[in-house]
Amino acid sequence: MDRPEIEAKLTDLLVEELGLEREKIKMEARFEEDLEVDSLGVVELLMALEDNFDVKIPDDEAEKITTVAEAVDVVEAKIGS
Amino acid sequence: MRRRVVVTGLGTVNPLARNVADFWVAIQKGVSGVGRITAFDPAEFTTQIAAEITDWDPDEHMARKDSRRMDRSAQFFWVATQQALADAGLSYEEDSPEADRAGVLLGCGIGGLITTQTEMDVLRDRGPSRVSPLAITKIISNMAAGLVSIDFHLYGPNSCTVTACAASANAIGDATEVIRRNDADVMVAGGTEAGICEFALAGFASARAISQRNDDPQGACRPFDLDRDGFVMGEGAAALVLEEYEHAKARNAPIYAEVLGYGMSADGYHITLPRPGGRGAARAIERALADAAVEPEAIDYINAHGTSTQANDSTETAAIKTVFGEAAYRVPVSSTKSMTGHLLGGAGAIESLVCILAMRDGVAPPTINYETPDPECDLDYVPNESRELDIELTLTNSFGFGGHNAALVYGPV
Repeated sequence: MDRPEIEAKLTDLLVEELGLEREKIKMEARFEEDLEVDSLGVVELLMALEDNFDVKIPDDEAEKITTVAEAVDVVEAKIGS
Repeated sequence: MRRRVVVTGLGTVNPLARNVADFWVAIQKGVSGVGRITAFDPAEFTTQIAAEITDWDPDEHMARKDSRRMDRSAQFFWVATQQALADAGLSYEEDSPEADRAGVLLGCGIGGLITTQTEMDVLRDRGPSRVSPLAITKIISNMAAGLVSIDFHLYGPNSCTVTACAASANAIGDATEVIRRNDADVMVAGGTEAGICEFALAGFASARAISQRNDDPQGACRPFDLDRDGFVMGEGAAALVLEEYEHAKARNAPIYAEVLGYGMSADGYHITLPRPGGRGAARAIERALADAAVEPEAIDYINAHGTSTQANDSTETAAIKTVFGEAAYRVPVSSTKSMTGHLLGGAGAIESLVCILAMRDGVAPPTINYETPDPECDLDYVPNESRELDIELTLTNSFGFGGHNAALVYGPV
């Protein structure tokens, strides 16, 4: 899976799982400030990432994710490794 | 002098309708909201019927990012609250000083039971790491009160009663006291329940509390009828805007009714069965009448708890006779649960709506499915057809598992 595919799938997850509006989801968008995804929502997102990309994201890595692009980075690194 | 409390807004989502006007039309017509369960396949259950809110789509009412974080019970209450506040012509912003004087008192019997069941399945099937971070916030009974305080900017007293099927009668009564003692000018009070799931159905069935009349869903809930065989689970919410009288008058608010009296008691007898003879229920009614300073003979209509269980309906009848004496035979008593099913934690609130609308329009709604009189239930239950009637003072009863009894008296201002 290449990066654009990860971005597309992540965007779908944010819309389907978290109920976000698709047009607001930009790669540079910050979860908390721009997308109003709070700490509980971030946990939901992590669960969705783990389930849908078949990866494990430990808490210390998860805590560093603040933007959509950073989430893509983490998934890309996991899939690539 | 005691601060007076009036009702200035109503809202509801229930098996018969998604708003107050349609609900009241259905109630006067005697429509049953009961059917075969659609939420899941009930084939293995002894009871296969309920009064459901079918085709519920919360996204018609709120953003999906919000609705998905709420249990179904909270969605119902959120919509009922939105309707009630709009009906009352009240809205608050985050920086309104008045927001600090507007609160919420919710009644809920069981909380987010469907979420509980769903997340327990997740725990068993997929392990602890997959239980939703929203699991707890969705199942706790009080959360709907918290959610509406956030979304509608209600920063006054905020609490939740969990007295089973008396919960929302207690919520309305307690909210009345909050306004009387000057802790708030406005209270959204009401109740909600959304418990129609396999787990609850099995539990109520094992307790032998619910009707098994699966071949005749619309005839299943038959309060006071000799052949009644249990209650029918319902779901939904009702919300009332309670307001201090001078506050309502000052802003020329439409006033539906005054909350005149509130009484409560405990049976102190059994976890599910009412005390034979209805002593506890009678005390709650007496206290509500005393609080309202009205004589029993002055009551024009009683909306009974009337669950359609053998024990409730005969005991409630006895309690009414204890308090009303000979007048018991002159006052119309009906159970609208015959149509709505039993909203459990929402029952006292939706039945308060019925009392208030009955008074407004001079119509006593019927007890449907009333066919065969029971010698132990010998009052005027307004059988099958609604009745035009001058109604000023009304009484509504709510009794909950655990022996919680609550009664409310409403009247014109």
